[in-house]
Formats: sequence, C-alpha cells, structure tokens
Amino acid sequence: MEPLIEVRNVTKTYGTGDSAVTALRPTDLTVLPGEVLLMCGPSGSGKTTLLSIMGAILSATSGSVKLLGQEIVGIKESRLPDIRLANIGFIFQGFNLFPALTALENVEVALTLKGLSKSAARKRAQELLEQVGLADRTKHHPADLSGGQKQRVAIARALAGDPKIILADEPTAALDSQSGQLVMETLSTLARDRGRAVVIVTHDSRVLHYGTRMVHIADGRLQEQAHGAQQSHQMEHEGVTA
Amino acid sequence: MTTLAWKNPFHDKVRLAVTLTGIVFALVLIIVQFGLFLGFLDTTANVVVRSGVDLWLTAPGVPHVNGAAAFPEKRRYKALAVDGVERVERFALQFSQWKLPAGSQESVQVTGFDLDGGMGGPWNIIAGSIEDLRGEDTIIVDQLYLEKLGVKGVGDSIEINQRRARIVGLTQGIRSFTTSPYVYTSFKNGQNYTLLKEDETYFLLVKAKPGVDLQKLKADLRTAIPDVDVFTNDEMRDRTQSYWLFTTGAGVTTLMGAVLGLLVGIVVVAQTIYSATVDHIREFGTLKAMGARNSYIYRIIIEQALISATMGYSLALVAGWFVAKSSETGSAAILLPPEMAVGLFFLALAMCIVASVFSIRKATAIDPAMVFKG
Repeated sequence: MEPLIEVRNVTKTYGTGDSAVTALRPTDLTVLPGEVLLMCGPSGSGKTTLLSIMGAILSATSGSVKLLGQEIVGIKESRLPDIRLANIGFIFQGFNLFPALTALENVEVALTLKGLSKSAARKRAQELLEQVGLADRTKHHPADLSGGQKQRVAIARALAGDPKIILADEPTAALDSQSGQLVMETLSTLARDRGRAVVIVTHDSRVLHYGTRMVHIADGRLQEQAHGAQQSHQMEHEGVTA
Repeated sequence: MTTLAWKNPFHDKVRLAVTLTGIVFALVLIIVQFGLFLGFLDTTANVVVRSGVDLWLTAPGVPHVNGAAAFPEKRRYKALAVDGVERVERFALQFSQWKLPAGSQESVQVTGFDLDGGMGGPWNIIAGSIEDLRGEDTIIVDQLYLEKLGVKGVGDSIEINQRRARIVGLTQGIRSFTTSPYVYTSFKNGQNYTLLKEDETYFLLVKAKPGVDLQKLKADLRTAIPDVDVFTNDEMRDRTQSYWLFTTGAGVTTLMGAVLGLLVGIVVVAQTIYSATVDHIREFGTLKAMGARNSYIYRIIIEQALISATMGYSLALVAGWFVAKSSETGSAAILLPPEMAVGLFFLALAMCIVASVFSIRKATAIDPAMVFKG
C-alpha cells in the first residue's frame, strides 16, 4: 500500500550558530491510508514541529518528506499552499474558526479556496455540516456553539477539500468526554471507511483506543512506536490525562 | 468582496468603534488643520481672488495687496490707450482708523472701488446693496466684525479718520487676515477715508477685452507705463499669500500645523489599521494553513482596510462639515472645499491600504506554533 506520508531522516533546527536549537533530530515516519496515528510526548518534544513539517507549513532543515509520493522538501514555497489545499486538512486544539462567520460560512471559506462557486460551496458546506451532525447549527456563530460543536465545524471545514491527510493537534483537549468521543469517532471513521491518514497529536488517554498506532517523541526524537494494547500502558507510563 | 473581509470588521463592535475612532480622529485632524490652512490662504487673498480683475497696476515695489502706495491716477489714461484694455478702474485699499462709539479706535482696511465697474467690490451681501454706496459717506461692513467695530448693523454711524461713515449694508464671511476688517465704500469715499489725494489712487484695476492674452497685455502695459508694476490677478494673489504665509509667524504656524496634522493623521491611521489587522493574525495563519495563497490574504486585508477607510471617511466628512460650518461665524475660517473632500477620500484610502500592506508581511509569515497554539 502506497504511504500517504513518508518522512525520511528529517531534522529541524531553529536559529544558527551558538543560538541554534534542534527541535527535531533525524526522524523517520510512514503513515498509510486508513491509519489513525497518535503522536504523544511531553511539551516541547517536537510533536508540533513534526506535524507542521508533515503539513507543509514548516520547512525541514534536512531530510525528505513525501505527501502522496510528492517530495515537498526543497520545493518553492509558493507551491506549498496548493499542496496543503489539495492534500491536507487541519484540525486545531483551539478550533481556529473564524468568529465573524457562521458555521456554514466557516466551511464555505475552505470550499471557495478550492475554487467552488458561492452556490456550490454553500450546498457542499451544508452537506458536510450534516455529516458531522450540525445541520441545525449552520447559522450559528462559533461563540454560540459548544466546544464539541466547534470542533465538529472544524472537522467539516478540514474535510471540505476532501483531503487524503488529516492532521489534528490536540483535537479533544478542550472537549468533554462525550464531545471528544464523537470527534474521535468521526476521525477514525474517516480513516477506516474512506482510507484517509489521520495523524493526531494528543495527551488525552481517552482517545487511545481510536488509534491504530502510536509514536512517542521526546527531545526531538521519535523514540518508540507502540501498537494496540501497548499504547495504553505507554501513556499511563507518561502520566497523560485520563 | 470576500465574506471574511466584509464580516470581520463588523463582528467585534468594540474593535470597530476603536478603529473608526482612530480613523475619524485622524481625518478630522487633517480636515481642521488643512481647512485652517486653506482658510488662511483664502482670507489673506480673498479681495484679490474675488476681485474680477485681470491685471493690477501698482506703485513700484508694492509687496502685496495690503501694502499699497499711492501713485498718480492719470496713469489710468495711458492704460486705457493700450490695445486690449476694456476698462480701467481706480481702487483704494488702505488701513485707516475707525472710531468706536466709546471713543477708542480700531484699525480697518478701507476698500474703495468703482461702483459702476464693480471690480474689487464686496460679495455675499446680506443687507443693503452696492447701489446704497452711492450715498455720501456710506459703507458696507461684514457682520462678523460688528461687535469688534462697536456697531449693531445697518443704520449705525461712526467716524473713519474723523469723517462720518454710515453703515448701509452688510456682507457675510468677508474675513480679513489682519486684525483690521475690510470696510467697503465708493472710491470717492475711500479717497476721503484714507486721506488719498484727489489725483491719486492705490491701484488701477484693468479689465481686458475678451480673448486677450494677459501676459502680452501685461508686457504692453509695462512698456506703455514703465513707472508702475503690473501683475496678473494670480500673481497678485500669490504675492499676497506668500507674503502673509512666509513672513508672519501666523502663516508659518498654520503651514506647520497643516503639515503636522497630515503627519499625525497618517501615523494614527497607520497605527489603527495595523492594530486592527494584526488582531486577526491568527485567522490569517489559519487561512494560510488551509492552503490560502498570499494573494487571497492580501485581498482580505486590503478589503478590510477599504471598508474601514470608507466608513471612517464618511463619519469624518460629516464631523468635518460641522466643524467647517461652525467656523463660518468664528474669526478663523476652516474651509472644506469639494476638492479637499475628494482628495481626503483618496488620502484615507491610500493611508489605510499602505498601513494594511505593512501588516501583510506579518500576517502572511506563518508561525506554526501560533497556528497550533490552543
């Protein structure tokens, strides 16, 4: 099976000379279609840096990153927006919705970026919000939605471009158990039924059983990879929240 | 226009109020300072600009319209003989003493003009008429200065240079840049009030025949009458404005005020727009993460700036109009001509766009830590 994300020997160093800080040491990682990859590790370990590199919003210092077989390290920066637009959907811990726009308009923005007409974008945004169970909240602004509802709008927005890769940063951190469960079920369904690769940075032990694989990052190094039951034991060992 | 650009400014009402306050403050400041400057220029040379004169003949070396010296009236006949001259009128403009009813004195500028020709006469007459000046010792003053001159209006009599003068009319808005109001009267009365000799005048005002080249006529007049200076109306205006603008503290202060007002206004608008744009930096970061091109983000930022500029300008124009209107009854004119209003609109657009462009670099340089920060 062709990997959707292929990271080879990637490093990231911020600054130069004496002030240089290595955020990511040589790292290899492959994510296949249908996988829900959990990335955990302490704060400042390099999780977000790796997620940003995989998301083509941060350049690696060295190494190779391929998204759907396309090398993105070293290509022109002006080409990266198209790569993100075509392949990646982002979900953020803080939702990052546009507060001035309704739920429907938030999703429409992503669709118009893809070049859809206003009317087509509206129709498709309505469908996506229905998929995440928010058909009755389309005209609400983010401030009028619960945390779980906001995150589901964010998911609908991330899915707007029908991306093969979903990158999520602590998607359940700000949610209660029920909302977090609903969000994770949505993401794992996407991976399982539609062959998407879902990479989730998390500290939340409640989401463990949704992951098909877990990697652990410490001091900028991908140290361990755990599968199935090992994940629970490892996260307990790290003292992550339950 | 993008939905985000249109909705962002209106979403946070407090932020919108702060942004608009900044823009309105800056634009009103510019309106007031530039309006004062334009008012200054207008006041210093209003009698020239509205004189209807084509060419001014003066004694040699007269620096400006308020600094005339007497010269023989008979030059008028030489001027009339020059080809292209339609008519020549005598004109007096000189400082004189106005005796207040209480006994003290005020300086005034007696403006004596030819009642038949009308060049150099008053405008905006709101009581009486020029015909009323045909009576002996009659004058027209501006209502702005009634209190200063110690009179109530038409019908009052006072003394100018110990000669009786009776107010037969009033004008509105004929300000004097100096502390001496203009007092309009016939040339004959003007001679009396300014102690001008019977065969002298302070100016000869020339009206050219239609279609005559004024520069050629000016040269011909200089040749024909070498012992007078000849100026076109624009030249006399420029000389007068330059004199008051650059040789008096008030002129330089007004000019500096206008320049500083513009600079402060630009800085305030730049700061306001920059701040309003940077407030949305996280949203722009999110857009970029979603795959938006920089051009899309530029468009949103510039559209937001244009919305703020247009709203701020509209409010500032209303406020500025009221300021200008209220100055009509004050001693300092604040002018807001249509050209300035139009220019201010484009200035507001330019200031807002330039300020937003400065914030664009910040908005489009994605910091992943910021985008992912909870």
